[in-house]
Formats: sequence, structure tokens, C-alpha cells
Amino acid sequence: MIRRAPRSLAEHAPILFPALMLIVFFVIPFGLMIAVSVARRIPGGFYEPDFVFANYERFLTAFFGGVLSFSLELAALVAAVAVGIGFPFTYRLARLPRAAQVRWLVFLLSILSLSEVIIGFAWSTLLSRTAGITNLLVAVGLMAEPQSLSPSFGALLAGMVYQAFPYTVLVLYPALARLDPALVEASRTLGASPVKAFFTVVVPSQRNTIVATLIMAFVFALGSYLLPQLLGRPQHWTLSVLITDQAIYQSNMPFAAAMAVFLVLVSLALVGLALLAGRKEEA
Amino acid sequence: MSALVLDGLTKRYGSFTAVHGASLRIPHGQFVCLLGPSGCGKTTLMRMIAGLEEPSGGRLLIDDGDITTTPAHKRDFGMVFQSLALFPHLTAGENIAYPLRIRGVPAAERRRKAESLLELVRLPGMGDRPVSRLSGGQRQRVAIARALALEPKLFLLDEPLSALDAKLREAMQIELKQLQRRLGITTIVVTHDQREALTMADLVVVMSEGQIRQAAPPMEVYRRPADAFVADFIGMTNLLEGDVTAPGRLSVPGGELALEGLPRQGRALLSVRPEEVLLHPATTPGGANRLSGTLSFVRDLGASVEFRIEVAGREIVALTRPQDRPAVEPGGAVTVEIPAGACVVLPAEGQAAGERPS
Repeated sequence: MIRRAPRSLAEHAPILFPALMLIVFFVIPFGLMIAVSVARRIPGGFYEPDFVFANYERFLTAFFGGVLSFSLELAALVAAVAVGIGFPFTYRLARLPRAAQVRWLVFLLSILSLSEVIIGFAWSTLLSRTAGITNLLVAVGLMAEPQSLSPSFGALLAGMVYQAFPYTVLVLYPALARLDPALVEASRTLGASPVKAFFTVVVPSQRNTIVATLIMAFVFALGSYLLPQLLGRPQHWTLSVLITDQAIYQSNMPFAAAMAVFLVLVSLALVGLALLAGRKEEA
Repeated sequence: MSALVLDGLTKRYGSFTAVHGASLRIPHGQFVCLLGPSGCGKTTLMRMIAGLEEPSGGRLLIDDGDITTTPAHKRDFGMVFQSLALFPHLTAGENIAYPLRIRGVPAAERRRKAESLLELVRLPGMGDRPVSRLSGGQRQRVAIARALALEPKLFLLDEPLSALDAKLREAMQIELKQLQRRLGITTIVVTHDQREALTMADLVVVMSEGQIRQAAPPMEVYRRPADAFVADFIGMTNLLEGDVTAPGRLSVPGGELALEGLPRQGRALLSVRPEEVLLHPATTPGGANRLSGTLSFVRDLGASVEFRIEVAGREIVALTRPQDRPAVEPGGAVTVEIPAGACVVLPAEGQAAGERPS
């Protein structure tokens, strides 16, 4: 084993390939986006290289500020609900017999293969007046007549949680499968009811996993741009929707790029804050 | 006096019976070891006592109250797990105070209690250490202190010392026994180590294949094993099988033994501890209970010498003090004496001994 820092080119070789891939597929495109974000738009045309901050100044309006904060709040809410449901679900799942666990995991993986479009249309049908679940409620006599539940904030939240849920479970699963069952049993023998054992032992002992999963689900939800249009009203449109709109329909690449850069920076800052808060508590 | 009573406790998993009708009465303040090879059902039996496993049949009573269906968190038993199960997100002190926190004891009193428990297990001032920064022995002590924090009615330990190295283990056995004596708490330890059981227990419960084979004080289990399995599992033994030829006379391969307590006729099984077997030079005149054989192997263990002697195709093991070592070399002829008083007549099932590779 080499314990000192690598010196020659040959010693650096193992990380050269991943580093190259990272540069080609992440650093260069991101750099291009930053360059475009400070370019000057030619009205009616495309854009030409320049160094102006006009595109960033447009954020300072109340409209974009509102959309940005709505996007962040929505993503945070989706992450919280997905982990709030996913954590107890995965905890139970990891304690099922092996065969049942495999069946559930295969089912969840199959949800991952669905595209955002299919998920969106499936939910809007499910929540529609003519073919939706309210018809069932009418049939059993709980409701007078069928109602349309979509588009609405609730429909958007349901669709986005549905989409984030399998990822949440798959990220939580390895940690919860490794959790020593004796921890819960110990807390039982020490006087904790099953529910109390879950909240005083399982949840706190998995804090790092939960924080990591929340961040993953948050970033994932932040990128969603189809579901807000399929299941939400215009006031539920996220920054990702506006970026798509500006880039594709308004042909305003510099502004779209500026919004994208800004979104990346804000999410990085939030993730950094979450990690920092986690570390401080640990120390 | 209060006691823990196991009344026909049974645990079945599908068609497999892990514990088969275990009945036992444990008087207050006793130190009990559940002893047996792995898979004998001892851990399952302890988990039923702790309330972590629901019995398929039978009853569990403490102080004459039936607790068979009482959930684990209402039993007030302290348990130390094989993996110790210390909570990784808490410090040593917080681990010990956990049961107090669950019961809503105020923080100041929790801290005071945790500190006094840390002193009890000889870890004063270690309360602020994270669990990850404790050594194996220290973790052991924290787990013991945590289980004792509520002054439980019953103290259960599942193979508590198996992760420690041999030296520390012996020291902890003695310390645990002293702690139990000081607190006077009824204690049950699961172990597969017969030395551990003999060191600590007032009552040794030997289990095999889901059944209790014998429950008796350590020396009784050693000197008067109930059956061939117990005789063979506790320490080393010679199992001799033969036919009763006349009242008090047993014909074994290589000769005849005179002893008491034999059945009137048929086959009989004897257990003879190696240290009770006497060795004489081959020139010694033959007589009662003397068999002649060939010395096949000598193992000098320092404090004692072990001899393996072949008698009529079967091996007999003898253990002597170094100064009593007979002047015979391997390959030489030797006379083996099996004193009548050293023989324990076992129920002649034979199969229990035959199944176990020696």
C-alpha cells in the first residue's frame, strides 16, 4: 500500500479517467452555461458573447423571487413527505422475510422505469372527475357527486412524492437493512414501547442517513418540470418550468442559463448548510 | 420467596421445535447458566423469558404472576445482548440513562444515577465518551450498567463475554459473579462455554436439541451427570458400555468391572472422569476393575499429564498429576484401574453419546 500522497503521473492514473469524465460531462457544460448566462440576448435572434449581468438582475423582481421560493419550498415539502413515509416503510420492509423484500424492491424499481410524463398523466386521470377516485367514493356513498381533484397543489404534491418515493426507499434500504435488530430489542427490554423504540432509537441512530436522503429527494424534486405543468396550476409552476419556457419557447438562452446557474448555486448552498448543521450537532 | 417458574415453555417455528417443554424453577437471587452447544435452544429460551419471542406453548410465572403474554417493555427485566446493542448515537452515560429517560426521570437525577452505575461497573468519569471510543471490555461494562439501571427483577445475559479475548473473559466472569452476589439479583446467562458456566453459576441448566437435559449445581452436573450427553458435554469423560453378567458385575471390552448401582440385567453405560482413572505398570497383578491396555499417546499439559490408552480396541483417557506419572513410554503395556466409586451409571440410551463426534 502507498500511504503517501501520489506524486508521479502514473500514481495519479487510477483517478484520471473519472476526473476526465467529470470534466467532459460536468465541468465543461456547466462552464458553458455560466458563459451563456452572462451573454447578451439579441431580441428576435439568438445571443452573442458578452459580459453583462442583466439576466441576473431580472431575478430581483418579486415574480422570480416568488417562483424561486415556491420551488424551494415545494422541493423541501416533497422531500419531507417522501422521507416521512419512506423511512417507516423501509424500516418495516427491511424486517420482512427475504422473498417478500425482493418482491417489494422489484416493484419499486419498476416504478423507476416510468417516465415523468406517464406518472403525470396517470395521476391526472386518477384525480379527474370523470374517471378518478372520487367516483369510488361516490359509489360507496361517501360523496354526493364526483369531483375533479386536479390540477391542484395536492395533486402536484402527490405526483411528485410518488415519483421521489422509490428513490427514497432505495437510498434508505441499505442502512436500514444493516441496522442491528438487537438495538430495538434492547430498547424494548429497557422499557420502550415499539413506537417509542422507533423514535428514540431507530430514527436518531439513522440521522445521517435521513439527512442524506432528504438532500437527495430535495435536489431530485427541484429538477421536476413536467409534473408542475401536468398536475399544478400556473401559480404552482417551478423555476424549472420557467427555465424550460425561456430556453425553448422564448428562445432566451442567456436568461434560462442564468436561472439554471442560480438554481444550482442556491441548492448547493442549502445542501451545504444542511451538512454543516448536521456536523455541528455531531461535534 | 419469589421465584421465576418456567412451565413447559415451548417454541416452534413451523415444523421445527426450538425449545421443547422447558420446565424449571429458579429461586430468587440465583445465578443460572443456560449451557449447551449452538442450536440447542438456549438463546430462544432466554428470548422467551425476556418477552422478545412469544412461546408456542407453556407458561412463564414470576412471583406467582403469569407473565407469558406480557410485552417485553412491561417486564422490567434487564438484558445484555450478544452484540451488546449499545445505542450508537448516544454516549456511554446516555446509554445507561436511556431506560430512565424512557420513564421520564428528570435529567439531573438521570446523570447522577448514570454516574453511580458507571462506578458500579468500574468506569467512573467515562459517561461523556461516545460508544465508538470505548474498548470491548468497556462496552461490555456499559451494557451491563444499562441493563441494571432500572434495578430489574431479572438480569439476562446472552453470551455476554463471547466477543472478549480469553484473559479478559476470565476476569469478567469473576467480576460478573461478584457483582451478582453483591446485588443479589436473579441472573440468567446463556453460554456455550462450560468453564464459564462452572465459574459463575449456582445452577447449571444443560440443554440439547431444545430440551433441558439436567438442571443442577455445577459440581453435581460434573460428578453426577444425568445422561451421556451431559457427561460428555461438561468436561472430558470416558463412556464405557457393557453387559451386566451378574448382579453388580459389568462386562466391558477388555475385562470386567465390579460396581454398584447397575441394572439387574441388559446393557449399561458408565461415565468415568479421566482424573479418576488410575494407571499402573503392566507388571502389577490383575484384579478387580483392572484392564490391560497399550499406551498410545501422552500429552503433557504442564499442570497435568493426559494419557490415551487403547483397551480392547477402545480408547480410555486418564489424567494424572505430573508427579504420579507412571514410567511407561508410548507403545508400552499398561494396566488401567477404574475404581468402582468413580463410575456413574447413566441411563443406557447410548445414542446421545454415539451421535457426538469426540
